Amino acid sequence: MKLIKNVYDFYAQGFKSMTTGKTLWRLIFIKVAVILIVLNYFVYDRSIDTEYENEAQKIEFVHGNLVGKSR
Amino acid sequence: MEEQLIDWSRAQFALTAIYHFLFVPLTLGLSFIVAIMETIYVKTGDLKYKEMTRFWMTLFAINFAIGVATGLIMEFEFGTNWANYSWFVGDIFGAPLAVEGILAFFMESTFFAVMFFGWNKVGKKFHLLSTWLVAVGSNLSAFWILVANGWMQFPVGMEFNPDTVRNEMASFWDVALSPVAIAKFLHTIGSGYVIAALFVIGISAWYLLKKREVEFAKKSMIIGSTFGLVVSIFIVVSGDESAHQVAQKQPVKLAAMEGMYDGKEAAGIVAFGILNSNKKLLSDEPTYDFEIEVPYALSILGYHVWDAYVPGLHDLVYGNEERGFESAASKIEKGNKAIAALEAYKAAKESGDTAAQVKNRAVLEKNMEYFGYGHLEKPEDVVPPVALTFYSFHVMVLLGGWFLVLFAAVLYLSTKKDIAQSRFWLKASLYSIPLGWIAAEAGWIVAEVGRQPWAIQDLMPVGVAATDIGTSNVQITFWLFAFLFTALLLAEIKIMLRQIKIGPKGH
Repeated sequence: MKLIKNVYDFYAQGFKSMTTGKTLWRLIFIKVAVILIVLNYFVYDRSIDTEYENEAQKIEFVHGNLVGKSR
Repeated sequence: MEEQLIDWSRAQFALTAIYHFLFVPLTLGLSFIVAIMETIYVKTGDLKYKEMTRFWMTLFAINFAIGVATGLIMEFEFGTNWANYSWFVGDIFGAPLAVEGILAFFMESTFFAVMFFGWNKVGKKFHLLSTWLVAVGSNLSAFWILVANGWMQFPVGMEFNPDTVRNEMASFWDVALSPVAIAKFLHTIGSGYVIAALFVIGISAWYLLKKREVEFAKKSMIIGSTFGLVVSIFIVVSGDESAHQVAQKQPVKLAAMEGMYDGKEAAGIVAFGILNSNKKLLSDEPTYDFEIEVPYALSILGYHVWDAYVPGLHDLVYGNEERGFESAASKIEKGNKAIAALEAYKAAKESGDTAAQVKNRAVLEKNMEYFGYGHLEKPEDVVPPVALTFYSFHVMVLLGGWFLVLFAAVLYLSTKKDIAQSRFWLKASLYSIPLGWIAAEAGWIVAEVGRQPWAIQDLMPVGVAATDIGTSNVQITFWLFAFLFTALLLAEIKIMLRQIKIGPKGH
């Protein structure tokens, strides 16, 4: 228990005493929110896993592209 | 697939990779410079080095915070824009990235907290150990990413499974210790170290020009220039090994780097040259409008033999039986056989024809190393954009030479004379800060543009790797990223400049 409290205090005091770090954490939160929420769910919402239900369909899709003539 | 879509997909990935690599190299190098500064502090007990460590550590943190997670976007792009590629590479690409995430990232982030919050709370030696572990962890992350990239340049350690149409890892160690991956790792981290050294001497030079923080700046310049000089020499060695690997595994790239159309023995390197824009394959036009050549250098660089024959684009596209170079047309024929065998294998499997299945699998395995060539329309498609590859390579090499001179001069003036009196070298140091990034990005352009048309060397061209999701979708996300990354970059520059103006006393 004492170890957990020490670790907690270490981080808590560290975050409290930050100056430039606070601005940086704000930036990190905004950026991660944009990447993980906006980009992940609205921009990159389609992938082979979302478009096809099972392994056989995914194989069929890629196989078709591999044997089809592209450039 | 539309050519326009392929080019926009290429451009989008290039944009995200280039922006991501603005943040990464400074993290790689500055982490070690900070660790060296702190080691001096712990050894000598001199508080000036503690102040120095804390100042550069803050700039390191700003860069780290802005850059962190920008690489995630590329992972999303693999899923959406490069679905065929992601499936085809299977666990070969996934394994190094997973190791990177689990081992290096956690190691980095755990000790990162001790590094910043631990001053006066943990012992000096434990704090120093944490700083070194952050540096090692950051560089280990880079190792696994570059292993994945090295595999795309020289695919080894895998077997293609025609039932799942994906590659399966046959030897983890062949992938991880591939000579291309190792050479790429050493050369790339070296470029990061040079960027960090330029950053340290450049900002220190600014303080000296402003007649501020004189002692701090002079000491920082000695550490920065010593580190920079050592890694610049290391980069020459690792660059030599990289070029040697390219000559063996990607000779078309080497020919493009030198704009070499006709092969020759005892080939020289063009130290400085201007390409003739009218020069095309099989044309009689001269290759260069102007060139200064270093004799024998390309043969030595590529093959470590002064009179070695270096193949030109004509040898590699149209073949040269006498010299043992197979034509691209012959490789395309083998690639077509591989593709036809994969199709026939599937048909045989579905109809239950075991004999045909075995026969087609044998044909596929025999021709698999040429699989990607079957997707090319003509032999000339194997040639990457020559001018971009050539100029990027020469910009990188010329800047590398300049950095050697700069670090040597700054180190000499800092230790034997008074660097504060030499405004020329102070200004040269300051204005050279962005040049490190230009050299590193030019190096990546050589590595990536020089291997076109391949997403995976010889196995998968970019046109097959890309997903058909509509050109307009890719265009929108391209501009979205351009905006997002530019905003992040401006934020970093603003916070960084504010911190530099405050100076080391502000800690």
